[in-house]
Amino acid sequence: MSRPGFVLEVDERTPSLLVHQGEGFRLEKFPLGTRVIYPPDSLPGIRDLDAAIRHALLNPHGTPPLPELLRPDMKLTIVFDDISLPLPQMRPPDIRGRIIEHVLELAAAAGVDDVELLAANALHRRMTPAELKRAVGDRVFRAFFPKHLRNHDAEDPDGMTHLGLTRHGEDVEINKRAAESDLLVYVNITLTAMSGGPKSVAVGLGSYKSLKHHHNVHTLRHSTSFNDPPNSAMHHSYHRMAKVVEDHVKVFTIETTLNGDNFPEATKFLQKREWEWNLRDQASLLAFKKANELTPLKLRREIWQRNDAPFGVTGIHAGDPKEVHPLTLANVHRQQLTEIDGQADIGVWGLPFLCPYNVNSIMNPILVMSLGLGYFFNLYRNKPIVRQGGVAIFYHPMPNDFHQIHHPSYIDFFEEVLTQTTDQAAIESKFEKQFAEDPWYTHLYRNSYAYHGVHPLYMWYWGAHAMEHLGDVIFVGADRKAAARMGFRSASTLADALEMAKDTVGGSPSITYQHTPPATLADVR
Amino acid sequence: MMLALQYRNSPVKYLTARGATGTRLGSRFTSTIASNLAPLTLTQVPEPDLPGRGWVRLRPLLSGICGSDLAMLTGRSSPYLTPLVSTPFVPGHEVVAVTLDDAPDLPKGSRVVVDPVLSCAARGLRLCPACAAGRQSRCTAVTSGGLAAGLQTGYCGDTGGGWSKQMVAHRSQLHVVPEGVPDELAVLAEPLACAIHAVRRVALAPGATVLVVGAGTVGLFTILALREFTEVGGIHVVAKHRHQQVRARQLGATEVIEPNRAARAVRRLTGGTLESPVMGAEYLLGGADVTFECTGGGGVDTALRLTRAGGTVVLTGMPSTTVDLTPVWFRELHLVGAYATDSGGVPEAGGGREGDFDRALDLVGRAPLDGFVDARYPLSRWREAVGHAADAGRLGTVKVAFDLAEI
Repeated sequence: MSRPGFVLEVDERTPSLLVHQGEGFRLEKFPLGTRVIYPPDSLPGIRDLDAAIRHALLNPHGTPPLPELLRPDMKLTIVFDDISLPLPQMRPPDIRGRIIEHVLELAAAAGVDDVELLAANALHRRMTPAELKRAVGDRVFRAFFPKHLRNHDAEDPDGMTHLGLTRHGEDVEINKRAAESDLLVYVNITLTAMSGGPKSVAVGLGSYKSLKHHHNVHTLRHSTSFNDPPNSAMHHSYHRMAKVVEDHVKVFTIETTLNGDNFPEATKFLQKREWEWNLRDQASLLAFKKANELTPLKLRREIWQRNDAPFGVTGIHAGDPKEVHPLTLANVHRQQLTEIDGQADIGVWGLPFLCPYNVNSIMNPILVMSLGLGYFFNLYRNKPIVRQGGVAIFYHPMPNDFHQIHHPSYIDFFEEVLTQTTDQAAIESKFEKQFAEDPWYTHLYRNSYAYHGVHPLYMWYWGAHAMEHLGDVIFVGADRKAAARMGFRSASTLADALEMAKDTVGGSPSITYQHTPPATLADVR
Repeated sequence: MMLALQYRNSPVKYLTARGATGTRLGSRFTSTIASNLAPLTLTQVPEPDLPGRGWVRLRPLLSGICGSDLAMLTGRSSPYLTPLVSTPFVPGHEVVAVTLDDAPDLPKGSRVVVDPVLSCAARGLRLCPACAAGRQSRCTAVTSGGLAAGLQTGYCGDTGGGWSKQMVAHRSQLHVVPEGVPDELAVLAEPLACAIHAVRRVALAPGATVLVVGAGTVGLFTILALREFTEVGGIHVVAKHRHQQVRARQLGATEVIEPNRAARAVRRLTGGTLESPVMGAEYLLGGADVTFECTGGGGVDTALRLTRAGGTVVLTGMPSTTVDLTPVWFRELHLVGAYATDSGGVPEAGGGREGDFDRALDLVGRAPLDGFVDARYPLSRWREAVGHAADAGRLGTVKVAFDLAEI
């Protein structure tokens, strides 16, 4: 029986606590009275995954069993979540590949010939052949790549279909092959409450024309939080779009959830509660920490990126997206939700080495910002962890370093735009169109492995709610120039950061540290 | 006898300075090298004689230090120019002065600026085809006639130069400074006329995208001339120093770009793709329609790499570097030189416009150029002056000048 999440109040006996900071971590002594939010213990994974997959496909929610939806003359498209999920990458075999194999077996049994596989990479970079192979498994890759297994291309002029408008006038444009399919099978991994459900098809197979209706400053400021779909304007838009999709294409979704096993056996101590570290854990931690610090950054980055997570699968549900997704969210909450009473003056987060957009890549300063002020700040329900006008303290070295192939428009955004303004609304009105329609970025998105030109702007908007809510943002250990470019202050230590925060929240602030990874969704009462 | 700064021919000093400033480390100490290794001495020299009819004596008031002067003092100027000068000479070709003699239509005591080009008229020669066409900057007689060789006043052993108490100039070189234009602005007439000349060297279509590489005196004046005399669209400026960026914007730059991100910024502004060669700087397939190179140094390479296929690169700064010309070939660029000034040409030769100096003198009085000459030195502090000029960008200065009223 896994223990539920809980909130620790730091007292004299509390040991130093683990705080992630990029490709490393530090042990931090928090002020007395600091509240620390821990996620529930990792839930047990499903033992017989093949049986669970089979069961889900044959006993779906809100649709007939999958075999009954398959027929020989049909056009079947199997779509799967891209490289941004899960985080870290899952130790092979990937759950997506296992599910796809089952779907293909049923399709073969039904005599379906016209089958295509699509990675739902939206405006993300294309997955490399190796990454595709890892996601779908060797057998599927060999059978389908490259002709029938490919990345979605949101800029293919002949590859998109405009399905219509939502009742709010939002364009819904998705991949043409998917739109023309008799059945769309979507294979999903829902890692946080923001993913899956109405987002999968409408966003994963969408275009800039479609995404701009919800990936914008106004919507994000009104998504409080985007991990709390009923209170997320972004999800309201997803739902409207999903309705349009539903009117045109039959979607059979298979959603999966994972437990909190983020770290392999050798570094398992990283997800144990600190006071439960035994001598071996402590020795391992110190040795690992020292070795890690002595390793050159490039090599360290590579080692951390190779950190496959031994995730267990906690749920597999299939059928009608509308009926499946609530079950998925319940599973996510079971693994991540921790209640906490009241907001704090200061929220603290340690930002790890990975976010959805730097898998096999570099976490550049903009991604650090979006991970902190976007993803982590929004890991709440009801109310933010920090009160209005409070201070957020993040840990990350924030090196001024960019992946030249994956993030070309990020470099320009950082150098050209943020030197002029950091104001999200101003950036949106003055620069979004330029970046979104720049032919070079489009060329690199389509033919190289670059994120779409507009993507850095979306990442900047990702923090819109936090930046409007917070009184100050301080990064501990960050490159000062990089932080300053983005309008943030940097501090060397937590003590310095707390001293700096005095200007905003006074001398004896309440502090909450959201201990993650594994991901913790705070239910703030 | 009079006090003057005199430049002497010293191959040893030239090569030493050239070697030192040619290294990355040495380039950081250009100001030190210029003020200590330059073959320049403050000395008493005889006042220059009047070479002939039409010549008058001048008492310089202010004389600027130009980028070409600094290139000469640091050994960065090309050996190509050596036959075109006669040593020893007194430098200084950006001059505002008072005439000491009467000329037929110019009374003694007039305040004038000097067009330094020593063309056929000044040399007492029959006009060469270029001079006859009003293109004095292309004169073929700069080593002939009754004067020693010298492409300009300030490089000729017979005329003296602005870095002294007295010099001589031919009436054809003189332009009266309008009333109300102070000396500090009048001394800017020569570099402004050069910038106007550069802008006139190419046909600039309305709405064309222009890149200006460098925002020293020449670069800033090029922006001013582009805004004043053309209908180009965006003027994007590569400017290294903060004060240059601010001034560039004030003069009409659309976007100001730091040198280390020029390629990416210009690509974003003008379109095209960015290419990264195995060695050397990034370049664009795309870029500006016309680029004005105003550094004379590394900016030439930048200009060639950031100009679109079929576009034009105007060399406004005196080139003092070697450069990979592959982009000229591959992108079929037009490479245009822009040297000094002319009188606008004659109608028969397609000219007949106002002379560059006339336009400059008109513009200098009404353009927002206050504070451009913010460092004035007496000749006795020439080392400081030269050092300051070599570091002008970093020190927030546009133009350093010798104040000849002081000792």
